[in-house]
Amino acid sequence: METAMPISTAEEQMPLSPWQLFWRRLKQRRIAMAGGAILIVLYLVALLAGFVAPYNYDRQDRSRFFHPPIWPRISSFHLVVPRYEQLPGSFNYRATPNDTKPVRFFVHGGKYKLFGLIPATVHLFGTGSENYPVYLLGTDQFGRDVFSRLLYGSQISLSIGVIGILLSFTFGMIIGGISGYFSGWTDTIIMRLCELIMSIPALYLIISLRATFPPGMSSSQVYAMIIIILSFIGWASMARVIRGMTLSLREQQFVLAARSLGQTHLKVIVRHILPNTFSYVIVAATLSVPYYILGEVVLSFLGVGIQEPNASWGNMLTAAQNTEYLRNYPWLLAPGAAIFITVLAFNFLGDGLRDAADTKSL
Amino acid sequence: MNLLEIKNLKMDFGSGADALRAVDGVSLSIGAGETVCLVGESGCGKTVTALSIARLVPAPPASYVGGEILLNGRDVLKMSNGELRDIRGGVVSYVFQDPGASLNPVFRVGNQIKESLKLHKPEKATNAEVIRLLKLVGIPARESRIKNYPFEMSGGMQQRVMIAMALASEPKLLVADEPTTALDVTIQAQILELLHNLKQRLGMAILLITHNLGIVGDMADRVAVMYAGQIVELAPAKELLRRPLHPYTKALMNAVPKLAGGANRLSAIPGNVPRIGNFPPGCRFAPRCPIAKSECSEKIPELVEVEAGRWVRCPYWKS
Repeated sequence: METAMPISTAEEQMPLSPWQLFWRRLKQRRIAMAGGAILIVLYLVALLAGFVAPYNYDRQDRSRFFHPPIWPRISSFHLVVPRYEQLPGSFNYRATPNDTKPVRFFVHGGKYKLFGLIPATVHLFGTGSENYPVYLLGTDQFGRDVFSRLLYGSQISLSIGVIGILLSFTFGMIIGGISGYFSGWTDTIIMRLCELIMSIPALYLIISLRATFPPGMSSSQVYAMIIIILSFIGWASMARVIRGMTLSLREQQFVLAARSLGQTHLKVIVRHILPNTFSYVIVAATLSVPYYILGEVVLSFLGVGIQEPNASWGNMLTAAQNTEYLRNYPWLLAPGAAIFITVLAFNFLGDGLRDAADTKSL
Repeated sequence: MNLLEIKNLKMDFGSGADALRAVDGVSLSIGAGETVCLVGESGCGKTVTALSIARLVPAPPASYVGGEILLNGRDVLKMSNGELRDIRGGVVSYVFQDPGASLNPVFRVGNQIKESLKLHKPEKATNAEVIRLLKLVGIPARESRIKNYPFEMSGGMQQRVMIAMALASEPKLLVADEPTTALDVTIQAQILELLHNLKQRLGMAILLITHNLGIVGDMADRVAVMYAGQIVELAPAKELLRRPLHPYTKALMNAVPKLAGGANRLSAIPGNVPRIGNFPPGCRFAPRCPIAKSECSEKIPELVEVEAGRWVRCPYWKS
């Protein structure tokens, strides 16, 4: 029998759109794809934090402060956790022999709200018993589960990066676009303002801006405040780059063509000039998210950000300031590892996006 | 009343002592349905004059120091921004030199034509209307073409899209600024043919800017020849081509290579167009003019009607 000739459809012959070409080049970059996959997992887990975390972020286990991590092990085809007992007079714990309880999935536990809306009690895993806890990353000085707090904290730390970028980049693009498009004294004023903001060391700016907000705000107010502060610092550098790109783009003939159709200045900027900067902006945004995450960490670490008992990666690290804690209870550094992984994943993805967006590369 | 009446237009780049006069006393009228060609070397002010019709030259640096541009009887130079946006595309549309650069590279062409419709004919901003326009400008496979990005099209196709965009709002005047310079010769002929047909079907006027005298004979009713910011000759196209009067026009015609002439060297006009702001005193063409006399660099000649409909800026046109 003859083998059938491959029939190329019209669809295959169609030239690829810029996005398809971009995607094809991105797929060839394994490290970037790995970074992207890690980020997808992290964000999914953050979204479902209440479900994945076995305990609530503020649940205290008063009989188990500074408990080391408890990992389930396999015993007669079951995942089991042993029962630990505190040795008197110290934060040392010992497993009681032959006293275990199986770890079950989709177990009922403490109340939480899925997506902050739907009340639920089902957790991904747990033992269902207070005496047999599963502390994957141990507990902190208040007997709270570090793993659960890490997940709740990721909701804040990961979302601050994305929302902050959205805010500051939108603002920076529009301001930069206006600055470059109109040039002249508009440009001079805006650019000097940007330079002013950029010339002040970020940390001092963060702390002095924090001082302009009243103390004793609710946690959601603090959350909004952190985003505003970080965006206020971040838009200037974006505006400068976009302004430079706009200066060259506005001389392009399609800008004149759009104006000759009677398009308004603002729409020419937003609809015609800024979309031409997207390939740069997407890369820059990905590479800048870590700075926002670290900004929140710095604020919370200094005790002026997210307040206890709410969890964020920054305020969890506050507990790890003490060298004695660090030596004896190294699991308190877990949020540091989480930050490390997230920042690295964003950088790998950003690098890959930049290479894929560069049409001159192969 | 003429559709367009430019009267003694004077435009500077810059201001004060540094001002450079780019357009110096240009007067030109275009009637409804008429085709006028604006001819001249690079840098003589053709494009700036044409862009001024919809006040598209960015100001600053440009500033209009005199004259008026009457479009449908109303002075463009006195219009508010809102009125200007209405006439841009609404009364006068533009087609530019390089179609590849005139289309936004990141949008599909169908959406770009639709944008033009949204601005002036919002009720007609549909795919069906876009397809009708593409049919009008002779693009095949329109249903799939509207999803193309500009880079997926050839130069001729891109220019057809530009023309479709310009026609979307049914303008009274189409300004085509060297619409075929970036295209190869066979495509040039197709695009000019298209413009010619569209003009007859839609009854719009065309202001065609070119430095190609070959185009003039095919397209134009009247021709204005510009040199160094001034019109030096204005005449019906056929008569100008048969019997040019101004020495500059004669020199331009001589520079067109002739098939019958054999393998002689191409004749060129000696020297260069004077730099803007550095115009010679008196007649601006005098330093390059074969018949220049000593008075030529003293007195500035006027544009005079020497025969019916024929205007020349040279007192020695007879010689």
